[in-house]
Amino acid sequence: MSAAPQKVKAGAEQISVKVSAVVPLNDLVTRFEFQRTDGQHFPTFSGGAHTVVTMNDDGRTRLNPYSLMSDPTDTSTYAISVRRDDEGRGGSLFMHTRVKVGDEMQITYPVNLFSLDLRAKKHVFFAGGIGITPFMSMIAQLERSNGTWELHYAVRTETLGTYVDELRYKFPNKVHVYYDDRSQSIPLEDLLDGQPLGTNAYVCGPKGMIDWIHATAAAAGWPDAQVHSEEFTAPQPGKPFEVRLCKTDKTIQVGESESLLEALEREGVDAPFLCRGGACGQCETDVVSYDGEFIHRDHWLEPEQQAGQKIMPCVSRFVGASLEIDR
Amino acid sequence: MSKFQFPESIKSRPVYGTLEPRVGKFHLMIADAEGAEAILELAAQDPELMAKTHIIFIPKGTDYGDKLKALNPAQYYEGPTYAASVQRIQHVLANAHQGLQVYLTGTEGLMGQAQNEAMQAGIPHTSIQTEHRGSVVRRMQCVHCKGITEDVMTDPFVCSHCGLNLFVRDHYSRRLAAYQGVCIDAEDPGNVPEPVELYK
Repeated sequence: MSAAPQKVKAGAEQISVKVSAVVPLNDLVTRFEFQRTDGQHFPTFSGGAHTVVTMNDDGRTRLNPYSLMSDPTDTSTYAISVRRDDEGRGGSLFMHTRVKVGDEMQITYPVNLFSLDLRAKKHVFFAGGIGITPFMSMIAQLERSNGTWELHYAVRTETLGTYVDELRYKFPNKVHVYYDDRSQSIPLEDLLDGQPLGTNAYVCGPKGMIDWIHATAAAAGWPDAQVHSEEFTAPQPGKPFEVRLCKTDKTIQVGESESLLEALEREGVDAPFLCRGGACGQCETDVVSYDGEFIHRDHWLEPEQQAGQKIMPCVSRFVGASLEIDR
Repeated sequence: MSKFQFPESIKSRPVYGTLEPRVGKFHLMIADAEGAEAILELAAQDPELMAKTHIIFIPKGTDYGDKLKALNPAQYYEGPTYAASVQRIQHVLANAHQGLQVYLTGTEGLMGQAQNEAMQAGIPHTSIQTEHRGSVVRRMQCVHCKGITEDVMTDPFVCSHCGLNLFVRDHYSRRLAAYQGVCIDAEDPGNVPEPVELYK
């Protein structure tokens, strides 16, 4: 027997928590704060980390990743801010409508796929809407270490500007807010121009915004390695399909509104995962054989891997006659 | 012809490419000796480049200076040695902005040391272009006394600081911009193989 602790279940290790506060911030966004049920301290984390929250929705298990947006050195409380998505699959609606102060829940240890590059001479943050959340913890971290940063934050309207007042009050010279309904937009080319050598840019927001910032920075000669982005893709619903699992020796059905990963878990197959959003690569699975078309939605696999070699069960689907995977 | 194909080696050994014009706000080109040829070829590929280029050139006895000057770069500096030029390199990098492209060409010692300056100024080493030209001499660090011996051409060689007989390794330090030299006759002092020219 090895002395190292053996991981018994897929995913990051769980922490039992109870909801210590539910704070509605505006029409769409609510903050949830957690404390440990065992009275211990949480581990510290690094700015940009996320946790996966387990929701027990009348017998159906939902696992959604959310950026930790509290101060990384505050080990008494973890906080997430959740934007309600009425068209989504129901995780955010569950959080908004069902979760109350005192409820017991399970969350994972922090996992960071969007960390600060601490070699940077300066950090420039670009946030769109709820994309502000990872920057809340990054800013707290940088304030402690005297880091140089600035934030450019695009919001729809003043009332939907989550944390705008708090950020502006604390950092009046570093926070710049742009309102869609006043036809304001981030003057990106001007902002990228003249930044000191060694500046790193970070973007969290809608896909269009992420692509825009990557493309504009590249055109201005910024190294790719200095433009960081995070986008969690929620699994999209699709046509039900059947999958043959060669290791488990089972054939399972993936329903319309569940992901392949969720179907595996429902069937008791212990499939690895971390982010559940197509970003981390943990759930990468070999395709044994297939007859049909993949619908790849991850940000992980290379195009040649997507051409029939591998699939990311957390976000990607399949349409066709048959699919066999190595699980 | 100033190009040399290095034999394949361990992962630690730097691999050099071929300079190509890149999109950028400003361009810093640092070369010694035959490295000038790579800059001349680069300028021929994209004549627009030079209006936004600062060339720092260390001739090491070559006469490429006039040809480089004739490219009419935004700034041109010729230094007698790398050590004499490093303050200017640091100054240019300290005042540079994002979008600067760095091109290094010439000997391994020049490229390694200039890359180190650019990395410390905040450029990831993956975005610094390099192209080897000219002499294959190496910049070596004695792992025993830590002294650097420049322009090593034979293996083994004598450390210019402590006098040990050193074996030339391909183990490279990006931080020191030098290869490691390890004592070759520690077990049997005086039993030193005949020095052989590198790559022969």
